[in-house]
Amino acid sequence: MTRMLTAAEVEAVAFHDLHEHEHAAGGSTMLGFWIYLMSDCLIFAVLFAMYGVLGASYAGGPTPKELFDLNLVAVNTSMLLLSSITYGFAMLEARRHRVAAAQVWLAITGLFGLAFLGIELFEFHHLILEGAGPQRSAFLSSFFALVGTHGLHVSVGIIWLATLMVQVGKHGVVPANYRRLNCLSLFWHFLDVVWIGVFTIVYLLSTLR
Amino acid sequence: MSTIDHALAHEAPHGTLREYLIGFGLSVVLTAIPFWLVMSGALASKQATGFIIMGFAVVQIVVHMIYFLHMNAKSDEGWTMVALVFTLILVVIALAGSLWIMHHLNTNMMPGMMQVP
Repeated sequence: MTRMLTAAEVEAVAFHDLHEHEHAAGGSTMLGFWIYLMSDCLIFAVLFAMYGVLGASYAGGPTPKELFDLNLVAVNTSMLLLSSITYGFAMLEARRHRVAAAQVWLAITGLFGLAFLGIELFEFHHLILEGAGPQRSAFLSSFFALVGTHGLHVSVGIIWLATLMVQVGKHGVVPANYRRLNCLSLFWHFLDVVWIGVFTIVYLLSTLR
Repeated sequence: MSTIDHALAHEAPHGTLREYLIGFGLSVVLTAIPFWLVMSGALASKQATGFIIMGFAVVQIVVHMIYFLHMNAKSDEGWTMVALVFTLILVVIALAGSLWIMHHLNTNMMPGMMQVP
């Protein structure tokens, strides 16, 4: 038979419990950041769904086959892929506390990111000059919304990268900075994953149609 | 073990140089083949080409998840995997549901259909 707990005992247990589950600073950051990425994933899923629904509504305007230059997209894709592997190298160096080498790899990653953005802006500029801006047709609206949102994420990633380079330069790879580098690592590789969807569905599949 | 290893060993799965290089090599191949298929028009059937490049995309996403994002079923006591699976379910519902419903609206609600007795 279990005996009834006195009020004092109940309080003592609750009190004890509250303090049992304390974690070290940043202990749950990685899981929290992962959940943020998953919610970001839903944003992209909705944008992909929109492109899937509207991607063939040209309103008598230009079609993907006439607009997209797959050579340019291939170059852009390799920029993002190269930036992924160089970020990986930066993480490996950061783990070994080689600050200078990590900084060099981070800088190279940033340059690849900037090259990607530059090519994308060049493409957007070219499309708008051709009269194929987001207001031309539902296809182009959804195209600019999806690819533009991805580009915006990459821009934020580059700003974050520059901020972390300053942090690492000032304080070295302390645990807090390593955790931040790890979060950006997830973010950066996640954007590469989204880009796989973009180049396959938006560029390659639309060109086939 | 350094302090970082102690502090993060339990929470941050990380890759090795070998893993990153394998992931990169696979990604290059899995990207190059779809581009080549579409740009050269190697396959006569557009539908077959479409399915093949979708397949390559799915494989490449899995490769990135494993080799770059270091996904596994154990990190954070499996909660990252739970979050991922839950998100994938939502993504499939959002994508498949949108495409399915809008396709039916498109084919069943064309102008002039309401006049048919």
